[in-house]
Amino acid sequence: MIEMRDVSRTFVIRSRDGRRLRRSRTVVRAVDGISFTIGAGEFVGYLGPNGAGKSTTIKMLTGILAASAGSVRVAGLDPARQRTALARRIGVVFGQRTTLWWDLPLRDSLTLIRHLYRVDAAAHRARLAELTEVLDLGPFLGTPVRQLSLGQRMRGDLAAALLHDPPLLVLDEPTIGLDVISKATVRGFLERRNAEQGTTVVLTTHDLGDIERLCRRVMVIDHGRLAYDGGLDRLRATAGAQRVLVVDLARPGEPVDLPGVSVMRVEGPRQWLAIPQGSSAAAVIAELTGRYEVRDIALREPDIEDVITRLYRAGRGSREAVQ
Amino acid sequence: MAEALRVYALLAWTWTRAAAQYPVSMIMLTLTTVALTLLDLAAIALIFVHTDRLAGFSGTEVMFLYATSLVPFAMADIVLGTAERLGQHVREGSLDTMLVRPVSPLIQLATEDFTPRRLGKLLPGVVVLAVALERADVDWTPGRIVMIPLMLVSGTLIFGALWVITAAFQFVVVDGREATSSVTYGGAFLTQYPMHIFGRDFVRTLTFVLPLAFVNWQPALYVLDRPDPHGLPAAARFASPAVAAVLCVLAALAWRAGLRRYRSTGN
Repeated sequence: MIEMRDVSRTFVIRSRDGRRLRRSRTVVRAVDGISFTIGAGEFVGYLGPNGAGKSTTIKMLTGILAASAGSVRVAGLDPARQRTALARRIGVVFGQRTTLWWDLPLRDSLTLIRHLYRVDAAAHRARLAELTEVLDLGPFLGTPVRQLSLGQRMRGDLAAALLHDPPLLVLDEPTIGLDVISKATVRGFLERRNAEQGTTVVLTTHDLGDIERLCRRVMVIDHGRLAYDGGLDRLRATAGAQRVLVVDLARPGEPVDLPGVSVMRVEGPRQWLAIPQGSSAAAVIAELTGRYEVRDIALREPDIEDVITRLYRAGRGSREAVQ
Repeated sequence: MAEALRVYALLAWTWTRAAAQYPVSMIMLTLTTVALTLLDLAAIALIFVHTDRLAGFSGTEVMFLYATSLVPFAMADIVLGTAERLGQHVREGSLDTMLVRPVSPLIQLATEDFTPRRLGKLLPGVVVLAVALERADVDWTPGRIVMIPLMLVSGTLIFGALWVITAAFQFVVVDGREATSSVTYGGAFLTQYPMHIFGRDFVRTLTFVLPLAFVNWQPALYVLDRPDPHGLPAAARFASPAVAAVLCVLAALAWRAGLRRYRSTGN
């Protein structure tokens, strides 16, 4: 569905330094040699800190920006050259700005989209009915878009992006600013759409909840380069995140002494033990209970947030080392 | 082309309905437009009541020149006026949302905030033209009769093309709105008076650089049966459609180049 090969994108930033009239010219590599392939039916999360190149990648996928180097193919088309043809085959949602008409009732916006995309009336009616039901648009179909809450507007935008039944849906921060319930609605909808209709979904987000709930595949971009591309589980291992055993001992004491296990923290009788990668938690627990009197044990999986932070830090560290 | 017109009409109708969501504001704006139009007409009447001759042209002839500039200008303004907002959309990033729709961003820009009120801009020009035609001392040959609609259409295309070219310029200079206005509105001002009240070199520049002289001046010389004070060959009087066609091609190229530049430089 999407194929990017050695794609780079540079921006030239001109700025006036100080009071002098001389202008400095800086070349920024927003995206720096990225390659990946996304197959039909995948659900991919695209992560990265602000300014990492997420939006630039999305803009190249949707034909808003041309790549400076490398090749981009989306749905068999070259996005920058075949923008209009591509627009008919993909749905795009920007979390930060609506593509709906501000002063029109939602229903009218959706009707206009039917005409712009030349969807025939019967197909439109069926899809609209379905989207109205799934996204619960009924209560505000007649309300002007400017009066909708952010959550309602986002559901409206989703409907608008899917009325022409595109096989690929690209979302740039679709859950930004939404409350918990709206987030759940949007996530549930995307999940169903992907599972039932096989719609390929690519979304960027800062919300790791989106990733954990939805994405079977995660791509992390940092400083314009892919720092990670793969499943969520392997991401944890790659970043070197450790599982943690929280142990409540019978009484406070010295940090426990177990081979290969380091104690991260001690607070009275409670101790935090880092389980080394590749070790079995069961073995550590057996060892522990054999040597110490243990009241309670909890095993904590590494937090996705930690994992990402570690990944970003690792990227930064190696870059600094190079410099 | 048919598709472009269909989409234009569709979007214009949508914006009209959007405007109707604020009925009070729509009525107020319509009344304002009517008032301003009437003032415009009064000002024009005042000028022509006191003008017998301007640079060797009779009052009626000046009126004819004035109207044949005003009508094409208003038409271009109605169809493409909001294209000059391009810079704003580039700055705010809203151009990106236009680019993900299967419709030319130029059409989306041009139809923005469209209301039938825009048509009111045509009224002063049409009234003055009607008066000028009725009073004009013209020997109405078939050629001259045909020339009237021909020059209005060519003039509209010339203004429209210049508008698109200068809007495309905003892809390069994002704050170019002022520059755009100086060309479009300045152009309208110049063509409203007999050209040779301006300097000769100036007119040459205008003729060849900004071919505004072909909006009404050259074809009007034919209709009014006047020699060209600047001595251009007689063929120049019939060149307006060709000039319009060339400019439209240039405008299309400029717009494409601008869009390509936007995509390769981003913002």
